[in-house]
This record gives sequence, structure tokens and C-alpha cells, in this order.
Amino acid sequence: MKIVVCIKRVPDTATRIRIAPDGKSIDPSGVEYVVSPYDEIAVEKAIQLKEQLGAGEVIVVSLGPAEASKELRTCLAMGADRAILLKYAGSSFDLDPLSVAEALADAIRPIQPDLVLTGWKAADDDHAQVGQALAVLLDMPCLTFVAKLDVAGRTATVHREVEGAVEEVEASLPIVVTAQRGLAEPRYASLKGIMAAKKKSIEEKEIATRPSRLELRKLAPPPARPPGRIVGQGKDAVPALVDALMNEAKVL
Amino acid sequence: MAAGILVFGESDQGKIRKATLEALSQARVLAPTLSGPVTAILLGPGSAAAAAQAAGADRAMSCEAPALANYSGEPYLAAVLAAVSEVKPAGIFFSGSTVGKDLAPRVATKLGVACVSDCTGLAVADGVLEATRPVYAGKAIATVRSKSTPFVATLRPNVFPVTAAPPPSKVDALAFDPPAPKTTVKAVHRAATARAELTQAQVIVSGGRGMKGPEHYKLLEELADEVGAAVGASRAAVDAGWRPHADQVGQTGKTVSPTLYIACGISGAIQHLAGMSSSKIIVAINKDPQAPIFQIANYGIVGDLFEIVPALRDEIRRRRNG
Ligand SMILES: Cc1cc2nc3c(=O)[nH]c(=O)nc-3n(C[C@H](O)[C@H](O)[C@H](O)COP(=O)(O)OP(=O)(O)OC[C@H]3O[C@@H](n4cnc5c(N)ncnc54)[C@H](O)[C@@H]3O)c2cc1C
Ligand SMILES: Nc1ncnc2c1ncn2[C@@H]1O[C@H](COP(=O)(O)O)[C@@H](O)[C@H]1O
Repeated sequence: MKIVVCIKRVPDTATRIRIAPDGKSIDPSGVEYVVSPYDEIAVEKAIQLKEQLGAGEVIVVSLGPAEASKELRTCLAMGADRAILLKYAGSSFDLDPLSVAEALADAIRPIQPDLVLTGWKAADDDHAQVGQALAVLLDMPCLTFVAKLDVAGRTATVHREVEGAVEEVEASLPIVVTAQRGLAEPRYASLKGIMAAKKKSIEEKEIATRPSRLELRKLAPPPARPPGRIVGQGKDAVPALVDALMNEAKVL
Repeated sequence: MAAGILVFGESDQGKIRKATLEALSQARVLAPTLSGPVTAILLGPGSAAAAAQAAGADRAMSCEAPALANYSGEPYLAAVLAAVSEVKPAGIFFSGSTVGKDLAPRVATKLGVACVSDCTGLAVADGVLEATRPVYAGKAIATVRSKSTPFVATLRPNVFPVTAAPPPSKVDALAFDPPAPKTTVKAVHRAATARAELTQAQVIVSGGRGMKGPEHYKLLEELADEVGAAVGASRAAVDAGWRPHADQVGQTGKTVSPTLYIACGISGAIQHLAGMSSSKIIVAINKDPQAPIFQIANYGIVGDLFEIVPALRDEIRRRRNG
């Protein structure tokens, strides 16, 4: 079984985001980058499936700057077999999710994977679109928000998280699956894995940049919340809190 | 010429969803400047009756085909594309439900246009649609326009107000033959609770590591039931196995914007705040006065949640009963 996992290099979720003076990008100073959290879950699931089946190949693909080879290397150390870097030097905001999906689809098509895994959304631009777009472009069924995935022969069974329910859905491979939390717990790379990753290959490809279908007009900090107040200490403060919620905020 | 707005509507047991009414209300505000009508489309058996409730739409369309009973990507995509080619809208709005989030990017991809997800603001500027949307899990807000038409968008639930409007003057059947789905829904396991679902709830009571163990969530559930709330959790509580993954609020959990969010025994880590800081009113109950959650809370009580939460439940009950 050939499994492709799309991973994105994003700022660590603990990063405080500061807007750059141009008002259209973030200030990169002091920003640490990581594999986007849901993508890491997807990589873990792919490796587990390969381990279960005792055969197969896990290929990680990323579109991003040359530095994204660090995140690809992380995935190789976890146990992925090889990596493809689609080199793109511009800002993530100069690409729309469909152009990202188009570039990824072009790279994935020749691999003829049985399974394509993505995160359900990337932790930077939060589009939650690339998996679905990729599935349409690759003409594969797409199962989104997947918290459980089993593969038996050519049949995949998934649990999708929908409002107030879990949907159990079946599909025939090849399919695209977008990972939700619960699908797998990412492992830490072992020392052996880190050593082995050094010998694995990262194939680099240049991609043509196409003009974005989206225009970013402005990036701004979120609106400041009005200053709050401590209504008191311990349970004696409860009546004052209920007063405030009922009469001042009018939310009860 | 593309004109007006097509709203993809959803219903639940015959009743149109609030998130759909939010999208319709917003479309109603914008449609006149896009020189066209608001058209609603609802799919599946019973959708004609649901479409008739599409307040704010000039016209509604429905397709009762049994193949559309459960959501499935391919037939739903084909249905929306059929509606698009009939209506030729300038904008296509989906609510940011699991169906909307799944479907909108597929529609945009087929049309070769951009999709703007999770919009929290929509306006017409220089004759085109412009959206604001949170990025970096709400740590920044982006203002974007699409260079392509139609403008496909998903709208974050609980953000756009529902305004009273008359129902559509007519409901037409959408003439279309759904293709076979490529995926099969085997079962739907509904949550065993009558409590609201997190992303739709108006009030959320959430507990973190300060709850000290799964058995104490009963305290939160009792408070939640008193005020019709959903119960959420921090990642620490989920990782400890106290609560299911689906209850996690935050950057790698649910993004919620209720009118009231009550955080109990949650410190307010940046990843937690990312998922709930757009709540209208935030209440923090925490024994540590330095906990970062107090910096974004509108109201806070410093103290032991095991005393405060039951007292809060009793006080609300007392006032409501007279
Ligand atoms: C990649 C990544 C993604 C993440 N995503 C998320 C996410 O989506 N959601 C999320 O929540 N976290 C997320 N986290 C984890 C986050 O960093 C914090 O570790 C987590 O939010 C802490 O949960 P907590 O506030 O419940 O626990 P703690 O930080 O341990 O806080 C417990 C609080 O309870 C208070 N307390 C204890 N006892 C009592 C009592 N008796 N009465 C009142 N107060 C009491 C304490 O004062 C303390 O403030 C993520 C982390 C990473 C690295
Ligand atoms: N630049 C990229 N390179 C590789 N994968 C990506 C990229 N952007 C998005 N993806 C994948 O698509 C998922 C959804 O991303 P998004 O639609 O941007 O929220 C991510 O979790 C990744 O798995």
C-alpha cells in the first residue's frame, strides 16, 4: 500500500503572532516552525497502517520554503520512507488553497497512491480546504474530519466527527482522508529513527507560482477584549457573578 | 452576469438550522448590492418543507431524491453545481457546519474559484465581496477578497445575527439526477446526550485539569443542564482520558463562539484561548489569581471550583425559580 501524507510547515501553536509592518504578513522573528499538528497525526496514522500491514511505503509531501526540509526530516525520523519538497519561497498568503491543492495533486498523481492523508486544517491559514480540493482534483472520494481509520483489503472504514454524532463510513481505495484529533497520537522520533532519516531522500521540485485567486487586503490583530474584572473570591462571589451575567452582560 | 447569492441550507429533522438562517440573513443584507436575489437550496427527503422555512430567501430550491438522504460528497456536489448553473450567483454561502466545511471547497474546486473559509465578517466593497476571517486559530484576522467569481464562503456559526424575514415566495424542485455516492454511510452514532453540540451551543461550561478527575465532570454537567449549555474540556483533560476528543476546545480541538463560556479549572494556555477567545462573554473560575485565563475573562472568581460551581448552579436555579 502506498500512502501519501501532505504536511505543512507552520508556526508552533505556542507562538505569539505579531503582524509585520506591511500589515500583510507576520513578523517572522522568534517564530519556531513545526509540522502542523493534524498533519503530524496523519503521518503517525500512515506509519501505523504500514506497520500493521507489514508492507508499503509512506511518502510525505510538502509545499513550502527550502526550510520545510526540516519538517519533512521530522516525518522521516518518525518512520516515513521518503519525502518530496515542492519548493515555494513566497508567503503562504500569496497562495490560495486551490493552487496549493493543484500543485500537490500534480506531484501526487504519478505516485498513484492507495491512500492520501492530510490534516483537516493547517494551523496557520486555517482554510480546512486542501484535502477536499485534492480529492476532487485526483478524482478520489474524500472523507473529512476522520478520527478513526481501518483498512482491510481495498476497503477503508472511517469514523467521521460530525455535529453531535459520529458517522461510520465505508469507501473503496484509493481515497483522501483528512485527519481529526483522535486518529492517532504522534510518536516521538527515536534516536534510531533520527539516524535513519539522515539517509532517506528528500526529492526537491520547483513549482511554478501562479497568481493567487485570493487577495489578502490586510492582516490585523484580533479585536481587543474589553477589560474584565474579578467579581470576588470563593463561593461568596457567586451572587455578584450571577447579577453581572443576568443584568449587565444579559447572557443568562 | 453573475448576480445575487445562493445559500446552501441544512435542516435537522425537518427544521431549518439556525446556522442556515444566519447565512440567509447575511445574504439578505448583501444581495441588493450584488444586484440579485437570494436563493436557498436544500437537499434530501423532506427538503421541500425545510426550504419553505428559508426566511430571507426570495426563492428556494429543493431536491427530494432519496440518494441525498445522508450527506455524501459526490451527489451533494453535483446538486449544488446544478443549482449554480441555474442561478449563476455572484456569491455562494455555506454555513461552517461539518457538511458546509466539507462541501464548499469541493464546489469551489469544481468551479475553479477560491473558497473563503470560516468568515466572521462579510461586506461588499468596491462592488465585490470581502470577508474577514480568523487565521492562526484566531491570533490574527485576515481581510480577503476573491479575484474569481462566484465568491464561495463558509460562515462561522453563531457570528452572524438572524433577522426576521419573510419565507421564500416559492419553492421549486431542482431538476437533477444525483450520481451514485462513492462512499457509504454504515451507521450514525448519535451522542447519548440531549445537550447541545459544542460548535452550536449558546452557552458552554468547560473544565480542565483543575477538575481533578472524570467523576467530577458531573458538577459541570449539572450546571450545564441548568443553563442549557454544552460541556467542553481542555486538552489536558482530554489527554488524561477524562473526556472524549470531540469535547476538546482549542487550537487542535473545536473553535467555539458561544455567547457565554464558563472556564473551570482551565489555566488559559494560548492553544486553549485560540479556540474560545471569540466567545461573547467569558467567565473564569480558577484558584490561581495569576492564571492567564483571567486576562481575557470578562468576569472571574478566584477560588475552589468544587465550591463555586455547585453554588453557581444553585444560585441560577434559585433566581430562575422565583
Ligand atoms: C500542538 C499543541 C496543541 C494544543 N492544543 C490544545 C487545544 O486545542 N486545547 C487546549 O485546551 N490545549 C491545547 N494544548 C495544550 C495547552 O498548551 C495546555 O497544556 C492545556 O490547555 C492545559 O490545560 P488546563 O488549563 O486544563 O491545565 P493546566 O494548565 O494544568 O491548568 C489547570 C488550572 O486549574 C486550576 N485549578 C486547579 N485546581 C483547581 C480548583 N480546585 N479550583 C479552581 N481551579 C483549579 C489551576 O490553577 C490551573 O490554572 C495544545 C498544546 C500543543 C503543544
Ligand atoms: N503547503 C502545503 N504543503 C503540504 N500540505 C499542505 C499544504 N497546505 C495544506 N496542506 C495539507 O492540507 C491540509 C489542510 O490545509 P488547509 O486547507 O490549508 O487548512 C493540511 O493539514 C495539510 O495536510
